[in-house]
Amino acid sequence: MSGQVLVITSGKGGVGKTTTTANIGMALAALGHSVALIDADFGLRNLDLLLGLENRIVYTILDVLNGECRLEQALVRDKRQPKLALLPAAQTRDKNAITPEQTKGLTAQLAENFDYVLVDCPAGIEQGFKNAIAGAQRAIVVTTPELSAVRDADRVIGLLEAAGLKDAELIVNRLRPQMVKDNNMMSVEDVMEILAIKLLGVVPEDEKVIITTNRGEPLVLSETPPPAGQAFLNIARRLSGETVALLNLEVAPPSFMDRLLTLFRRTN
Amino acid sequence: MIMELLDKIFNREGKNTSRTVARDRLKMVLAYDRTDVSPKMMAKMREELLEVVGRYFELEPDALEVQFDREGSSTALIANIPIRRVKVDVDVDQPVITEEP
Repeated sequence: MSGQVLVITSGKGGVGKTTTTANIGMALAALGHSVALIDADFGLRNLDLLLGLENRIVYTILDVLNGECRLEQALVRDKRQPKLALLPAAQTRDKNAITPEQTKGLTAQLAENFDYVLVDCPAGIEQGFKNAIAGAQRAIVVTTPELSAVRDADRVIGLLEAAGLKDAELIVNRLRPQMVKDNNMMSVEDVMEILAIKLLGVVPEDEKVIITTNRGEPLVLSETPPPAGQAFLNIARRLSGETVALLNLEVAPPSFMDRLLTLFRRTN
Repeated sequence: MIMELLDKIFNREGKNTSRTVARDRLKMVLAYDRTDVSPKMMAKMREELLEVVGRYFELEPDALEVQFDREGSSTALIANIPIRRVKVDVDVDQPVITEEP
């Protein structure tokens, strides 16, 4: 058996790479696939926090590469979703601590035992980026409908192509339908026209992302996932070959309940 | 929906809000980052901790959580070890074995 290795990248920081990795990973696992997540952000690891696994880390990628432990020992299995495992980044060393060849070997080894290996790429286009994309067969580019994010995404798409990853797929994250409707934000169509790659999905801006991240429980774990969670679930299904229509993000007028809630709104 | 609404009305400064959970988790993970303990040492300590506690309790395999908490200038180690049941065949009268260095 040999799984697929995907890298999730963006160029710009703060657009939601790690949130995307955590949620797509969880969603793929919920669909019944075995999934390994690799945090490739050496020195600035955060995927463990988003998954709520920060207290269960014993070894990191670096320990595996240095022969201090077996790969299996470093994998943190998720108790809520046993099909998901995390390979944590080293927090004490920087991006130059490993080489692209080493990542290649590691992802290949993981792909023997998992259906999907998702690599969470660090921001930037330097050594950490080169390490993260080294073993990938597929690339997902995350962007938001903002000038700087789209510009950086364009640059990253070029670098991915140069590295042989020619069919990168795009996720437009944190879209605000009301702002698009008011012509105050670029639409998905605008972004697609500029970047001209395949669209994998659109994720609406959602306060629930902050709330679930606070608790270390990815959005897609909720029993009734909010729109952003539904969007990630759909992306996971598309990744595994299904055809799923894009979410309807048309702006609906606020319901009576919504208006009532805004009256009582408190930070939760 | 109704419960959510009631929560919102009554649980204004609740203890278990996502905000306080975030703050507490962050404090703990930073306390660990700042201790700068080597992974090797942590692994050894976990192993021995499980070994000792495992003499008295039947443990959930793979469930140990270790975290650090920081209050001002002092740091505390917190270990969460879910147990299944107390072992009944423990000989409590046996003298404590201390390893010679």
